[in-house]
Amino acid sequence: MFVLSKSKFLDACVFLGLDLRRHVMIREAGPLSIEPATEPYAGPSATRSKAGRRFAASFGGFVATIAFTFLGLLAITFFIGRVVPIDPVLAVVGDRAPQEVYDRVRVEMGLDRPLVVQFFSYVGEVVTGDFGQSVTTGRPVIEDLVRVFPATLEMATLGIIIGVALGVPMGVWAASKQGSITDQVIRVVGLLGYSVPAFWLGLIGLLLFYARLQWVGGPGRLDIYYDGLIPTVTGLMLVDSIIAGDWTVFWNAVSHLVLPASILGFFSLAYIARMTRSFMLDQLNQEYVVTARVKGVPERQVIWRHAFRPIRVPLITVIGLSYAGLLEGSVMIETVFSWPGIGNYLTSALLNADMNAVLGATLVIGSVFIAINKISDVLYRVLDPRAG
Amino acid sequence: MSTRDWLLTESPASRMQARLGRSYRVMLALLHNPLAVVGALIILTLVVLALFAPWFATHSPYSGQLTERLLPPSAEYWLGTDELGRDIWSRIVYGARITLVIVLLVAAIAAPLGLVIGAISGYFGGWTDRILMGITDIFLSMPKLILALAFVAALGPGIENAVIAIAITSWPAYARIARAETLTFRNAEFIAAIRLQGASAARVILRHILPLCSSSVIIRVTLDMAGIILTAAGLGFLGLGAQPPLPEWGAMISRGRVFILDQWWVATMPGFAIVIVSLGFCFLGDGLRDVLDPKGGGKQ
Repeated sequence: MFVLSKSKFLDACVFLGLDLRRHVMIREAGPLSIEPATEPYAGPSATRSKAGRRFAASFGGFVATIAFTFLGLLAITFFIGRVVPIDPVLAVVGDRAPQEVYDRVRVEMGLDRPLVVQFFSYVGEVVTGDFGQSVTTGRPVIEDLVRVFPATLEMATLGIIIGVALGVPMGVWAASKQGSITDQVIRVVGLLGYSVPAFWLGLIGLLLFYARLQWVGGPGRLDIYYDGLIPTVTGLMLVDSIIAGDWTVFWNAVSHLVLPASILGFFSLAYIARMTRSFMLDQLNQEYVVTARVKGVPERQVIWRHAFRPIRVPLITVIGLSYAGLLEGSVMIETVFSWPGIGNYLTSALLNADMNAVLGATLVIGSVFIAINKISDVLYRVLDPRAG
Repeated sequence: MSTRDWLLTESPASRMQARLGRSYRVMLALLHNPLAVVGALIILTLVVLALFAPWFATHSPYSGQLTERLLPPSAEYWLGTDELGRDIWSRIVYGARITLVIVLLVAAIAAPLGLVIGAISGYFGGWTDRILMGITDIFLSMPKLILALAFVAALGPGIENAVIAIAITSWPAYARIARAETLTFRNAEFIAAIRLQGASAARVILRHILPLCSSSVIIRVTLDMAGIILTAAGLGFLGLGAQPPLPEWGAMISRGRVFILDQWWVATMPGFAIVIVSLGFCFLGDGLRDVLDPKGGGKQ
């Protein structure tokens, strides 16, 4: 039973840059494509071993794709870091350095070697976790990143929870009342998610809920007098304060976290609701839904059991991509909320022309992004029997 | 025969008539979609404001009177004044030019690039396809905003570099679409016919494949416009896009941030401009997709 037409699903995804098209297309025409089903049938045992080989081949292809993608990411950051700036040496020594200092630094930085050699030594450094020193903080970039990443993770995770908890029911609701006022409102909310600048919404949120209504804590992760009270275990403030058993700090952290996370949540909500609605509409137009209705199955059961179940798999992909998007979206939000996460680290490094830190942060965000992308691709294939 | 009948005729006598008839049909269908009409009106307003900025601006966008700084919205200053006493309305009007230029430049760079790469990839297939799509996929799986930020960091702040950075990060989606479209009619008889007549690959791609891919790419570009505006504004907000004193909307919000608690209008007003224009592009893109793309038509 072909419950979710692939082309419709993809059409729906094409809206606003969801690149699921790519996922499926890779499967259809890319290097990962599985042999066409027209192979001659050669008995059960032959089929099994062929299936095993096929699996191994596709797994190998998958690993190759990931390696290729990461290498691409490295090539891009290498290009940005070493090739685009007119003279990286000048950026380190300054304009007025004497010639011999300039030459020495140039050799120290390895810039006298051919580009290819430089690239491979760069790959080697990155693989061993050596991103160089940050000019601003004076510490190795990798240490800084390990320190700031949990803050972003905490915010994005709460954001995606909000987005899923509200977005999925909203999408289902809109689809079940297609064309009604509810549907229109949800549609406009969805479009707003693509048209509102995150940093502006953050500012408005601070103005309304912090300055005027005083419902939430202000910028930062904690009020200033709670800073440093809690020993860092996981780096996630909520978890750490529970471990320490300090509930005052916990609630203070919640009051600071809730606004930026809700704003991030709004953006994922807009996207998730929109996708859910369009998946649901596809399902509700299927004949088996009509059959269920004709048989007199209650509408609620038709919606949640018959129509909703088949869309769970594509929804996982959507949620995964949206989560990755939140990690990226946190750059703007963190700047507005002075949130000490990776986005804030990246932007302050940008403004100080601290290229090592910029590239390190880009690499980390890029890698997480690629990883989530690929994992959701795999999940889709594993969970959807038709895709195998 | 009235003009309308001439346009809607089932048997056009010339290519020109067929083309005009098609545009007319698209327009008619768009007019039946209220949101698309709203979107088109918003964009029309943006274009008119940008073209005739000196007529609509009530004050100079660059020089203000320091005695009139941070005034709330009033009859004299419709949207208030900023920290240098400049009229915010006039700055927003002039800022429309910057926004429009950025959006058009990005579209003019990224869309043709994506179209050509996608069409070449789809038409030739084989290793050309694998290599080109491999590169496309790498770019697609990167976070766009972060990549744009890193590019601007390396290139240096400024509008031109912001445009380049955004264009570099947005072409892959168009390449994907163009390739998918190309694959659907690569083996069609009309392509075979032209090839048998001895047309070169360049001619087939430029004259026969690209025109057929363009409508889906146009839809996607319109839908992406909102994202481009947001990215450009984000770069401006971080101080990496347009530099002062240019009245770029994102940069205006960034300057108003300091006064957000007491003089809320300084940061809020440019934000509304961004939201309205982005929504306009979303509405129009949505409508265009419904009209031009029969596969997803009328569903969203």
